[in-house]
Amino acid sequence: MPELSVSGAALGALAVAAVLATLMRGWALTLVYPLSGLAAIALGIVDLRVLLGGLEATARLPIGLPTIGLHLRLDALSAFFGVVINGGVLAASVYGMGLDRAKELTPRVEPLFPLFAAAMNLVLIADDAYAFLFSWELMSLTSWALVVARHTDPESRRAGHLYLVMAAIGTAALLFAFGGLAGPAGGYGFDTIRAHAPGPAVAALVLTAALIGCGSKGGLIPLHAWLPLAHPAAPSHVSALMSGVMTKVAIYGFVRIVFDLLGPPAWWWGLPPIVLGAATAVLGLLYAVLDRDLKRVLAYSTIENIGVIFVALGLALAFRANGQNAAAAVAMTAALLHALNHSWFKSLLFLGAGAVLHATGRRDLEGLGGLIHRMPRTAVFFLVGALAISALPPLNGFVSEWLLFQAVIAAPALPQSALRFASPAIGAMLALAAALAAACFVRVYGIAFLGRPRSDEAAHAHEAPFAQQIAMGGLAGLCILGGLFGSVLAQALTPLLRELVGGGLPNGGSGPTPFSLIAFDPSRSIYDAPVIALFVAIASLTTLLVVHRLSARRTRRGPAWDCGFPDPSPAIQYTASSFSQPLRRVYGAMAFAARETVVMPPPGAIRPARFSVAVIDFVWNVAYAAPGRAVLRLSERLNALQFLSIRRYLVLMFAALVILLSIAAITI
Amino acid sequence: MTGDLVVQMLAQGAQMFFVLLIAPLAVGVVRRVKARLMRREGAPLLQGYRDLAKLLRKESVIAESASWLFRAAPSLIFALTWVAAALVPSFASGLMFNWAADVVALVALLGAARALLALAGMDVGTAFGGIGSSREMMIATLAEPAMMLIVLTLAIAAGTTRLAGVADFFIAEPLAVRVSLALSLVALIIVALAENARIPVDNPVTHLELTMVHEAMILEYSGRHLALIEAASYLKLVLYLSLLICLFAPFGMAPATAGVGGWLLGLLAWTAKLLAGAALLGVWEVSIAKMRVFRLPDFVGIAFIFGFLAILLAFLTRGAVE
Repeated sequence: MPELSVSGAALGALAVAAVLATLMRGWALTLVYPLSGLAAIALGIVDLRVLLGGLEATARLPIGLPTIGLHLRLDALSAFFGVVINGGVLAASVYGMGLDRAKELTPRVEPLFPLFAAAMNLVLIADDAYAFLFSWELMSLTSWALVVARHTDPESRRAGHLYLVMAAIGTAALLFAFGGLAGPAGGYGFDTIRAHAPGPAVAALVLTAALIGCGSKGGLIPLHAWLPLAHPAAPSHVSALMSGVMTKVAIYGFVRIVFDLLGPPAWWWGLPPIVLGAATAVLGLLYAVLDRDLKRVLAYSTIENIGVIFVALGLALAFRANGQNAAAAVAMTAALLHALNHSWFKSLLFLGAGAVLHATGRRDLEGLGGLIHRMPRTAVFFLVGALAISALPPLNGFVSEWLLFQAVIAAPALPQSALRFASPAIGAMLALAAALAAACFVRVYGIAFLGRPRSDEAAHAHEAPFAQQIAMGGLAGLCILGGLFGSVLAQALTPLLRELVGGGLPNGGSGPTPFSLIAFDPSRSIYDAPVIALFVAIASLTTLLVVHRLSARRTRRGPAWDCGFPDPSPAIQYTASSFSQPLRRVYGAMAFAARETVVMPPPGAIRPARFSVAVIDFVWNVAYAAPGRAVLRLSERLNALQFLSIRRYLVLMFAALVILLSIAAITI
Repeated sequence: MTGDLVVQMLAQGAQMFFVLLIAPLAVGVVRRVKARLMRREGAPLLQGYRDLAKLLRKESVIAESASWLFRAAPSLIFALTWVAAALVPSFASGLMFNWAADVVALVALLGAARALLALAGMDVGTAFGGIGSSREMMIATLAEPAMMLIVLTLAIAAGTTRLAGVADFFIAEPLAVRVSLALSLVALIIVALAENARIPVDNPVTHLELTMVHEAMILEYSGRHLALIEAASYLKLVLYLSLLICLFAPFGMAPATAGVGGWLLGLLAWTAKLLAGAALLGVWEVSIAKMRVFRLPDFVGIAFIFGFLAILLAFLTRGAVE
């Protein structure tokens, strides 16, 4: 109970900050971000206490629906995701303190930012369906309002429109999910739902609805189309929150419904998340690697990471259903750690993109370049994020990746042949996604930060304000620490894992060093990041010393060599499009029917040659454009109903009444 | 006990030292074999050492537009490759830190070195650097998943992802001829050719602009920085040869408890197998032509498909047994 009252006070502080930002002008507005940051610290500490101490707090407030009231509960699962969320909120708040108030449209952002943060926290502690859906909608609406903060921009309006439609569909699906869970008796409290497990048909319905509801919020393909439009349209620190943190609320929703409320899993529950997740992982990165907008690339990469998390969750379900709890624990640890890790490096990358956007006014990669000279600190932080998200050791992205591959290797022991057939394909797609991620982020970093500036704005960029450097530096530090001491994080999850999948990873003490990450058994698989990092450090230092002793040590600066043909114009450099051209030819031809056409003028003509690329987004065409057209056609037909005579309306009403009564007569 | 510990530490250090020591020789053997088959005299076997010594003595010219990343990358790339190469069991299987050699981590360490090299290639802001990095990452998106599938297949067969455990499995069951392992062998050879920028994927001796991949990325390097990058690429060759030996020809490898005498025998066997592998590579390189860049996806794609078939078979056969 004291935990929840502290949480309540912090949520109250967020509400006060929102009201303050709405009513006040001038200096009072500068208090919004510090207040949000403090509230996030308080909430995070409570969550950490609950998670590490194995506590649980419940409360019931006499507001909300008359007969139900408002149930709140903070358990290990909520607390873990609370840590994820409040870490991101804290970073975004610190970053917000460095915002240029004159330029960044703050009056439309400041009241909504704390509300958005509070809504996400409310989703986590909701303990009945009504509270859950209410706070889920509050989260959707506040984030929608933040997306359209720049509403004079038609792109933002389009993004906002699509987001609103998809959020409505998602919430409607969740409504069905909770309806199925509550059953005919209508017990909407989570404890009553937990008490009785639904039958297999209802469970299938709930699983589908949960996948649609949470998958649309997280960006599972084919429900992803709004995400790469909406996340980049918001101000950058809000983009960081939406991409780094709000997608984790979607993961939380899925875990809460499927692992906690739906009862013991059947083996096939794992299949839909595994298949959809793997497709999402690969397609998300193929979109990312071909896109030229810095923030949109990051948003597409979010889709990929959500896909990876869903694969891990699906594997955990499959193992759990077969009673292989050790393997389920490995997969679940991979899912949870990846959620945490992704919240760190994706927030970091979006904040870095915000710093670049502020310094240059540009988001298109083709206009950037050479920022490592003008923004040295941001460049270092962004590099850490880019390497971490590419799952390279010894950073944190690799820890969850490693655990996920360990889970895939355990899959041959599954008895169902459908899962055994699917798993090698999943392994192949995850490996492909990991390699594509590296290509994608080498491209982003190489084009934006390295090389020579491709525009005047990039040539005159300036370093981010100090507060923003602190926000990015803190997250970069977490990425490094989380990579080195991932085993400690995994150990901290043990009580939560016992609750969710009935087992945890082996004790850290059983490995060769205290920081060994062990999957299954020390004789089977060990990843020891500190030892490997130490080896690399020793090898680098030895190299430096030896080279220093042996070499001439002379260094001269000169013009670039470039095979004897250096061109002073920055246009000679590879661009983002030319970098991805080989990848487009290899993968784009399959995934997007990408076709290149070159129009060469005949000899003697003085027209320039033209090169164009045609790309078809099949997912958009099939899942969005076609239904959109169908709805329009249907509404045109129905339009005729508006111009009937009264006689005909009476006939229609009578017919409707007869039909309804006959249905009632048959069913009752 | 402490004496034993010191011996173990020394053995581990010896492994790190030997892979570094033998790397230029292995490259020398490849070049020499190629030259003789083309009826040229060829450079002496020890030319690799001389090249490195010469590069170390020269001054390093760095482009004006280069950043700190360009200068820091060579030592890091070298260190990452060296550690990865030293983690592969060479002359003995149960060395002190053998538990740190996880196959997934090994693939990722090489991935980190490659990402750094590709970034360094883009740092100066020249046309060739970009061309090399872009092609290298394209090849990597095919070769790295293939490699991952191979190591997962081996891990499933051996029941562990520890490289030492996998090697022990292959020593214990040398006659375990299985279709999935044969497919893995072919796939691993293709990946090794692609990763080491050998013919037919890339030609290590060409500077013809349109076909360069690896050389295009390191075009701006000179002096001691170039020496480190070259040494790293030598080490990578040793790593892949060592890996093939350790997995598919582990005979002669000393067990953990063999003691110094056994280790020396193992070292002899490993050196002989490594140099034989290098000679085979030389024969292969003269008997095949370099491919066009956009034919590469087909070639490396074969490795991916073979890797996928291998892991599929591994899943199905293992599932049927249990």
